[in-house]
Amino acid sequence: MHILKLIFRNALRHKLRTFLTILGITIAILAFGILRTLVNAWYSGVEASSSTRLITRNSISLVFSLPLSYKEKIRQVPGVKNVSYAIWFNGTYISEKNFIPNFAIEPKTFLELYPEYLLPEDQKTAFLRDRKSAIVGRKVAERFQWKVGDTISLKGTIFPGTWDFVLRGIYYGAEKSADETQLFFHWNYLNERLKKTTPRRADQTGVYIIGIDNPGQAAEISEAIDNTFKNSLAETLTETEKAFQMSFVTMTEAIVTVVQLVSFMVIIIIMAVVANTMAMTARERIGEYAIMKTLGFGGWHIAVLILGESLVITLTGCVLGIVLTFPAARYFGNTMGNFFPVFSVSTITIFLDIAASFLVGLIAAAFPTWRAVNIRIAEGLRRIG
Amino acid sequence: MTDTKQPIVEIKNLSKSYLRGIQTIPVLENINFDIPEGEFLALMGPSGSGKSTLLNLIAGIDKTDTGTIMVGGLDITSMTETELAHWRAVHVGFIFQFYNLIPVLTAFENVELPLLLTWLSRKERREHVEMALQMVGLADRMDHYPSQLSGGQQQRVAIARAIVTDPTLLVADEPTGDLDRVSAEDILGLIARLNQEFGKTIIMVTHDPHAAEKAHTIRKLEKGILNAHP
Ligand SMILES: Nc1ncnc2c1ncn2[C@@H]1O[C@H](COP(=O)(O)OP(=O)(O)OP(=O)(O)O)[C@@H](O)[C@H]1O
Ligand SMILES: [Mg+2]
Repeated sequence: MHILKLIFRNALRHKLRTFLTILGITIAILAFGILRTLVNAWYSGVEASSSTRLITRNSISLVFSLPLSYKEKIRQVPGVKNVSYAIWFNGTYISEKNFIPNFAIEPKTFLELYPEYLLPEDQKTAFLRDRKSAIVGRKVAERFQWKVGDTISLKGTIFPGTWDFVLRGIYYGAEKSADETQLFFHWNYLNERLKKTTPRRADQTGVYIIGIDNPGQAAEISEAIDNTFKNSLAETLTETEKAFQMSFVTMTEAIVTVVQLVSFMVIIIIMAVVANTMAMTARERIGEYAIMKTLGFGGWHIAVLILGESLVITLTGCVLGIVLTFPAARYFGNTMGNFFPVFSVSTITIFLDIAASFLVGLIAAAFPTWRAVNIRIAEGLRRIG
Repeated sequence: MTDTKQPIVEIKNLSKSYLRGIQTIPVLENINFDIPEGEFLALMGPSGSGKSTLLNLIAGIDKTDTGTIMVGGLDITSMTETELAHWRAVHVGFIFQFYNLIPVLTAFENVELPLLLTWLSRKERREHVEMALQMVGLADRMDHYPSQLSGGQQQRVAIARAIVTDPTLLVADEPTGDLDRVSAEDILGLIARLNQEFGKTIIMVTHDPHAAEKAHTIRKLEKGILNAHP
């Protein structure tokens, strides 16, 4: 026999109690994992942003556009490698609940600036050639079961009317963090129609995307660009793509903070539950621990027994919780894929799961261990019978 | 009597009191006596007279206030907790009124428990455990859990656990207190045999005069004072 055997037998002594405690930990770890993944998903745009891209927008607000004429001036700013532009189109596919982020872009330069969006060569050529075409991310195509050649009809919101596109390509992410949920089409197509319908809205763009070689120069280049348009009709605000993405997250930061708080609260609650189980357990066994001490077992033997039992319970729950986190995250990712382009469990989350479980196991066992180790034998023996 | 033998336990000027609230309750007062090696001593006395307290002090699971207890030439009153734990593991076998077996361990594993503190190999442990269980007549119940055994059988397992390390001293606190007549007789016979055949020094606390008769010597505790049996 080994002391481990005693730990496992002790853990299984009250099967229902142990089962319920493990179930609690499993659910807590699952909830913790999903909430952490949710927070990560929130920041996925920030994560995926590149340090060699700057975004220039109207300094008043993102709602206001910038004249297309700025393009050449930006290109002349030292340190700028290439410039593209995009506009938030916000078209609806059939109904509002089929949310697809969609943008009118300058295709050639845009794809150069976003090497993480990969298209098969023939699809890319077809897309660049056809002004009335669009491309979508792999997840969108899967969601609506679109094939290359299909016609997609979007209802305009910012730009009224019905807009038909021929799907010429399906892009996929070069890395896991790349957003595969968007739709892109030709800025020219949008602009030509605007020229006819509302000429004052033509020749405008939402943002400029600027490629630079040296991320270390981002601040100077941004300043140089903004200085170029100082005192003009539309002043600009240029920042790194990360900062730009971050500004979206900041708008919802309070929610993220709450989610984060809840995720830690879940751990604290389960800590209390496990501590209660361990306290009950150790109280019932105080006599047995006294007997073992009588036989010559030391305080640390008892500590190993209690800590071991606590860890067996918490880590079992932890492993089950982690195993369940993956399918659960996949399920959430699928149902909320339109809100969160990336929804995958990170390695750090798994490490946090394990660390939290260890912490719960140790802290829950701390007080009972301290009591069992310090109780005087004669005292402990008097509790029996 | 066995007076010619070297005393294995020597108690000098032993006193012990407990604190209850702010009140000090003297339990043992100035006890002096020796126990020779190979003795079978019965400690009697009314409830609350301090029998268990005295037994616990001799067995090194409680601390004296004043006085010394020498066991086998070692002063156990000057040992630290850790030293005492080691000392108990080697020198004392315990038999309790309520058997005090670990319920999740089989008879075999319960007897094996104190051997986990030794350097014996698995195989050697097995041999010792089997021998001890054989000695108490339970070799065929090795794989039974305490709940599957009668009170008498559980107490026999406890005795096997007490003797498996071959200790210097066996202490028993009312070992038959929770047993019926027949089982009690059986256990007493076993304890007496350990004394006669194996020369074990035994100190047994008991309320039962019939049980005490099995011993060589009977000592009575009365209000913390030890008297020789008339
Ligand atoms: N830990 C303790 N704290 C306070 N008082 C104690 C403690 N242990 C024992 N006592 C008191 O010391 C006295 C002697 O107790 P002890 O258990 O030694 O008696 P006993 O002779 O074994 O009695 P019994 O025959 O009922 O087992 C009793 O009055 C008891 O209440
Ligand atoms: Mg007693």
